[in-house]
Amino acid sequence: MSKKESTFLNMTITLFIITLVAGLSLGYVNDLTLEPKAKAKLERKVNALKQVLPEFNNNLVDEVTLIKSDKAKDNVEVYTAKNNDNYVGTAVVGSSEKGYSGLVKIMVGFNPDGSIQNIVVLEQKETPGLGTKMKEVKFLNQFKGKNPSQFNLKPKKDGGDVDALTGATISTRAFGEATQMAYDVYTETKPKN
Amino acid sequence: MAEQINQKENFLKGIIKDNPVFVMLLGMCPTLGVTSSAFNGLGMGIATLFVLVMSNIVVSLIKSQIPSKVRIPAFIIIIASFVTIVEMVLEAYIPFLFEQLGIFIPLIVVNCLILGRAEAFASKNNTISSIIDGLGMGLGFTLALTILGATREILGNGSIFDFKFLSDNASTLILFILPPGAFIALAYLTVLFNKTTSSKTN
Repeated sequence: MSKKESTFLNMTITLFIITLVAGLSLGYVNDLTLEPKAKAKLERKVNALKQVLPEFNNNLVDEVTLIKSDKAKDNVEVYTAKNNDNYVGTAVVGSSEKGYSGLVKIMVGFNPDGSIQNIVVLEQKETPGLGTKMKEVKFLNQFKGKNPSQFNLKPKKDGGDVDALTGATISTRAFGEATQMAYDVYTETKPKN
Repeated sequence: MAEQINQKENFLKGIIKDNPVFVMLLGMCPTLGVTSSAFNGLGMGIATLFVLVMSNIVVSLIKSQIPSKVRIPAFIIIIASFVTIVEMVLEAYIPFLFEQLGIFIPLIVVNCLILGRAEAFASKNNTISSIIDGLGMGLGFTLALTILGATREILGNGSIFDFKFLSDNASTLILFILPPGAFIALAYLTVLFNKTTSSKTN
């Protein structure tokens, strides 16, 4: 078992071959997983939509409208749900950069009267066991049926109406901000009856 | 390469005598970072186990072809490739776990346990021994992370594997879910582990 000598040529060739094989196999796996990855993402979105909206039967994912808002970096996704062509609600993806570890992204479903139907957390990197409790029903339930025009989305500490998560006021604040953003976009885009 | 390795011992050493977390204190970044719940610890452990076994196989297969001066970059490329594969597969098929582990999956690359085993074991031994070494070390790592995660989850959240055994309003030691709690729990578990194993062997 003789080792290859560390000559310049040997080293270059070895590293070249290893990176080539690595690159090719990664490309292959990427191709293989591209479709399931997109599918998993879409499934999550559809599930979130089903959770935050009343029953609907139009194809929401294809009918997304992107709204520009000065509060968000990217365009805001707005989904208008219809059941047999009757307007039943709007889902808006709200986000805030002010979470404890950056981005908090949520989907808020609004009833036609402007009250919150339900909220689902899409993305967050909050502290496990503290900020992550924003995903729990217990926290989310306090928003259900509330209309943000009468319900201050700030935590109680800041003079709002939201019961903050224990030990995670910053996460709660970001959550409220994201919800507020969703509500602002919703009021801008609400279909006129 | 004359000496015969006792494979049973080779396998068991990773779990008890040379446990990567409690004895060798390797791979501390994921150990402290992801173990806020038993499930996270288990998931991270299995992902690491897979990468460890695969990189051990490849390194032991091509060890004679790698000039010793570039062995570290060569090992790192091999490890990084497997980590990226794990990341893509998790994202495609187990998106839930992918979301939970987040940044810690790419960080498996810099887990010194994996490079350590490639350098210290796989580059000197044959493929069979390297697979068994990888399995033993990986299992030891998984067990340690799961135990640590479970301890922190029980103390800090009153639950285990997301199964709550305390009422929602019961006060728990939140500290154990937070980063400082990871250090405290790890320290006590290390003491406990070494106390029990050393009294057995003596």
